[in-house]
Amino acid sequence: MARTLINLPKTAKAGAVIEIKTLISHPMETGYRPGPEGRLVPRDIITEFVCRFEGEEVFRAELFPATSANPYLTFTTLAERSGTFTFTWTGDNGFSQTESAALTVT
Amino acid sequence: MRRALLGLLLLAVPAAAEIAPGERRSGFDQMTPELRAMQTDEAANPGQLWVGDGEEAWAAAPPTGRPACAGCHGAVATMRGVAARYPAWDEAAARPVDLQGRINLCRTRHQGADPLPFESRPLLALTAAVAAQSRGLPVAPPADPRLDPARAEGERLFTRRTGQLDLACAQCHDALWGRRLGASTIPQGHPNGYPLYRLEWQDLGSLQRRLRNCLTGMRAEPYPFGAPEYLALELHLMRRAQGLAIEAPAVRP
Ligand code: HEC
Ligand code: HEC
Repeated sequence: MARTLINLPKTAKAGAVIEIKTLISHPMETGYRPGPEGRLVPRDIITEFVCRFEGEEVFRAELFPATSANPYLTFTTLAERSGTFTFTWTGDNGFSQTESAALTVT
Repeated sequence: MRRALLGLLLLAVPAAAEIAPGERRSGFDQMTPELRAMQTDEAANPGQLWVGDGEEAWAAAPPTGRPACAGCHGAVATMRGVAARYPAWDEAAARPVDLQGRINLCRTRHQGADPLPFESRPLLALTAAVAAQSRGLPVAPPADPRLDPARAEGERLFTRRTGQLDLACAQCHDALWGRRLGASTIPQGHPNGYPLYRLEWQDLGSLQRRLRNCLTGMRAEPYPFGAPEYLALELHLMRRAQGLAIEAPAVRP
């Protein structure tokens, strides 16, 4: 499992805009880099990131070989009610990881 | 291109005096606002991924049945201040050890485990977790006279010319800091952020990895990882950086 860091407020007022920051440990190997023996290192990247709130998509990003290693994504959303965000990264070689975080709306 | 520029720039540079304490600047100060924000925001600093791994390893018992790091030392927060005073003298080995060397000594002496390889993720992670506890504290090299010979050797290595370009570390870092080398701004060359996340590496690396980069740039043969020359250089660099705040894990271009 890749290490992730997810940062968002634990509580927010109804109607507030909240900022969510995510980091994940991943080499984002481009597929264009020669390895020590001269052959190209096979591509190994995260291709997609989706954030859902209570199952409903709130943010989606496609990632490409030019994205840096350990990709950092930050975005905002509206806090409307209490619930759980899920964060899913998927990519090459069957990579798939989902994390979650709760938000309490006051 | 870079090398030609370098030659022109450096041929005429006299041996510089050491930077006065009041003029000491962390490499942090020369970075763009965006990079500084990336370092200071724990949610954006990729080095925190290693700190997280290291904190987990700190609490995990080794397969040898001996205690975890936490078993002897308690919470990793008890390590506050340690990174600020390394490298330090080790009685039993009768030589200076750096922070990663100390961690490996604990593994071999106190955990009956193998030392972790240089630049391996587990060693960098533990070192980052320990070093991060000292963030904000001033670099405070110990006044231990047993360290003096290695420190003097470090100063010698720092100021002597070497490599195919016949350059000394001091020419860039004492005399030309703040000037540009190709696209980079030459920093004073302080060790206060290590291990750190370098964008060029797309990775976290040790001070030794950084020094290897500079040695290669000078077209000098880099010492192998763990060589006493790195310890000597680090002792000199820490003395030269006395008072600067520890930033580990820092971010650098
Ligand atoms: C069995 C007990 C024991 C375990 C387990 C242990 N240590 Fe230590 N550690 C010590 C002792 C004792 C010292 C003092 C130096 C010495 O005698 O080796 C020390 C010193 C240190 C220091 C230097 C502290 C200073 O103030 O200079 C660090 C850093 C450290 N240990 C990190 C670790 C890490 C990381 C681990 C896990 C990989 C670990 N230790 C596991 C006993 C232990
Ligand atoms: C030709 C000039 C030059 C020489 C000679 C040179 N360096 Fe550097 N050094 C640089 C540059 C430029 C950087 C910053 C690279 C960057 O930011 O991309 C740097 C970075 C560093 C850093 C990292 C500073 C930080 O803030 O993280 C240290 C430490 C360092 N050098 C030490 C040394 C030592 C020790 C030597 C001699 C073995 C040396 N350098 C020789 C140009 C040089």
